[in-house]
Amino acid sequence: MTARSVRSLSGALKPLFSNRCPGITSCFLQVYGAASCNQRQKSTYTPPPARYGGRHTVTLIPGDGIGPELGNHVRELFRFCCVPVDFEVVNVDSSVASEDDINNAIMAIRRNGVALKGNIETNHNLPPSYKSRNNLLRTTLDLYANVMHCQSLPGVRTRHRNIDIMIIRENTEGEYSSLEHENVPGVVECLKIITKTKSLRIADYAFRTARAKGRRRVTAVHKANIMKLGDGLFLECCKEVASGYPEITFDSMIVDNTTMQLVSRPQQFDLMVMPNLYGNVVSNVCAGLVGGPGLVPGANYGEDYAVFETGTRNTGKSIANRNTANPTAMLLASCLLLDHLKLHAYASMIRRAILSTVSETRLHTADLGGQGSTSEVVQSIMNAVQSTGPQTLSI
Amino acid sequence: VPVASGTGGMQTVTLIPGDGIGPEISSAVMKIFETAKAPIRWEERNVTAIKGPGGRWMIPPDAKESMDKSKIGLKGPLKTPIAAGHPSMNLLLRKTFDLYANVRPCISIEGYKTPYTDVNLVTIRENTEGEYSGIEHVIVDGVVQSIKLITEDASRRIAEYAFEYARNNQRNSVTAVHKANIMRMSDGLFLRKCREVAENYKDIKFTEMYLDTVCLNMVQDPTQFDVLVMPNLYGDILSDLCAGLIGGLGVTPSGNIGANGVAIFESVHGTAPDIAGLDLANPTALLLSAVMMLRHMGLHDYGNKIQTACFDTIRDKKVLTKDLGGNSKCSEFTADICRRIQDLD
Repeated sequence: MTARSVRSLSGALKPLFSNRCPGITSCFLQVYGAASCNQRQKSTYTPPPARYGGRHTVTLIPGDGIGPELGNHVRELFRFCCVPVDFEVVNVDSSVASEDDINNAIMAIRRNGVALKGNIETNHNLPPSYKSRNNLLRTTLDLYANVMHCQSLPGVRTRHRNIDIMIIRENTEGEYSSLEHENVPGVVECLKIITKTKSLRIADYAFRTARAKGRRRVTAVHKANIMKLGDGLFLECCKEVASGYPEITFDSMIVDNTTMQLVSRPQQFDLMVMPNLYGNVVSNVCAGLVGGPGLVPGANYGEDYAVFETGTRNTGKSIANRNTANPTAMLLASCLLLDHLKLHAYASMIRRAILSTVSETRLHTADLGGQGSTSEVVQSIMNAVQSTGPQTLSI
Repeated sequence: VPVASGTGGMQTVTLIPGDGIGPEISSAVMKIFETAKAPIRWEERNVTAIKGPGGRWMIPPDAKESMDKSKIGLKGPLKTPIAAGHPSMNLLLRKTFDLYANVRPCISIEGYKTPYTDVNLVTIRENTEGEYSGIEHVIVDGVVQSIKLITEDASRRIAEYAFEYARNNQRNSVTAVHKANIMRMSDGLFLRKCREVAENYKDIKFTEMYLDTVCLNMVQDPTQFDVLVMPNLYGDILSDLCAGLIGGLGVTPSGNIGANGVAIFESVHGTAPDIAGLDLANPTALLLSAVMMLRHMGLHDYGNKIQTACFDTIRDKKVLTKDLGGNSKCSEFTADICRRIQDLD
């Protein structure tokens, strides 16, 4: 749901042409396709243009912990299924102080428009000048909406059944503004910023998504009884946007009550929208409710870019390189990526195979209480894809 | 832990019945304590805010005097005023007595089934600063800034309390919950203080965990947690999350520890005005808070006796109040607990 813009292209061309031939830029845009011209007027989405003979190029940031091995499995699976996607791998070394690596990654994402990423570790014992690489990426690319869809999966035993919650979390401001200072030694202030623009934007995104996905109820999660101005503003913006969607029920709930309700009756929630930190809490609670960090994919959408990753953003350092990580979340994230690229047939095919594998208890990895290995799970998915008959590369 | 003092072994406790169902659950607790022959002398006080000299809102002086003398309080639910002009009473109490630690032991109640069994953890929440400092500004139209305040002193104080509590209650580990990867300076300071205090308590295992990881693991396997210490907002969210695990605010005890040895124990549910005065209320939360109070005062035997009786009644399922799934009255529930206490003697 992003708009890959060619605005930058037309913007770059304008000074070249406009002085001499005012008509040429408009001709140029016409040549590139009517759809891209309409972007500024309507919010019609155009996928990133495929490059070089119908194959898409996607940035892959392996990250730390289990990221690299899961990234490899994605590539393996895509190669097997003959998915027309090529990955441009950009490594980000989290141990160096320089921000060159992350800037290169950001540049690569600007180039390709789409990325799949593993979590980059943040050593929180380093001084504040060392910022979280993940956060830098999100804020620089203005990936304002973090979307996580938590669903109960068949074959995964959890305490609660029939959960189907969509969580839309503001991804760039709030408590994650990274604005802190020490006024006097021993007294630290951390600023939480809430703006009307970003609140309206995320609320708008939430309601548009609700409408598009046929969701009936949107719940705003907040703490406006205590943070009257900040969360109060957020709530106001949600109410304002809600008035434009009469078919959708809008209500709000205080975050502590929300977590209490989630662990007792999670089935009552439909779509939830919230600022950054509460989104962190609620999405992790919901991921835990449906089976854990190994199952839920996450997507970060901005106006121009989209980055896909595991929903709960864990590095999984303790289980790295042991072939025990659950690849489901990352593979489902890659399906979201394929949907974003409008390669729906591939996305559905792979998703079906993943879900059929996850329902097989004997293949469950350690996080689901089993003893299966990552490679066994991936192999099973490939077998499932092969059995449905499409053209695949034999391994 | 304060040493029992007072005339004839009886200790005075300031009782604040509160509003709504407050009075009836308070009398239920008093009746149970009487049956158990607990050495407690109740002093009832009202804490509805009054305007003091200088125009500042304050709690009534007789309530303050009573608390300052007895040091221990038991409080029922207080009505949140909307148009009364004064701030919330809970906030006022917190400020008056510098109640810096909110302690919530969350233990699964056998007999009150929730999807989570074997929960046995304690959340200790810093209660004076953090995200609830109340400092907010509108910078320009449409841009709001809320300030989260973390200070060295408050962080050290709560960490010290957490480790003391762990030691006094035979708990094995303390986990600091934070988000220092994002909020490097503020949560970093909190974490550093926790680490420093941990050095003096080598008998207690100290770990650190990100807030999101705690939430993720808590709903999958709450048995891995013991004592959790954290700043205000995370504490608010996590303590309610844990209360949800064991059955909600109707069965969760809570204690607030203040400076100068003051401690106020309370039920954290609402005033339930719709059932007030109808003998339908569930006194469990206030009763368990009172048990927590007894333990704080060193009266463990009485505390254990009352808690056992309460849990036995719930496990038996014969006289449960409506919120626990039965249709008995509050007085019947209370009477059953009293009967069991007498049988235990």
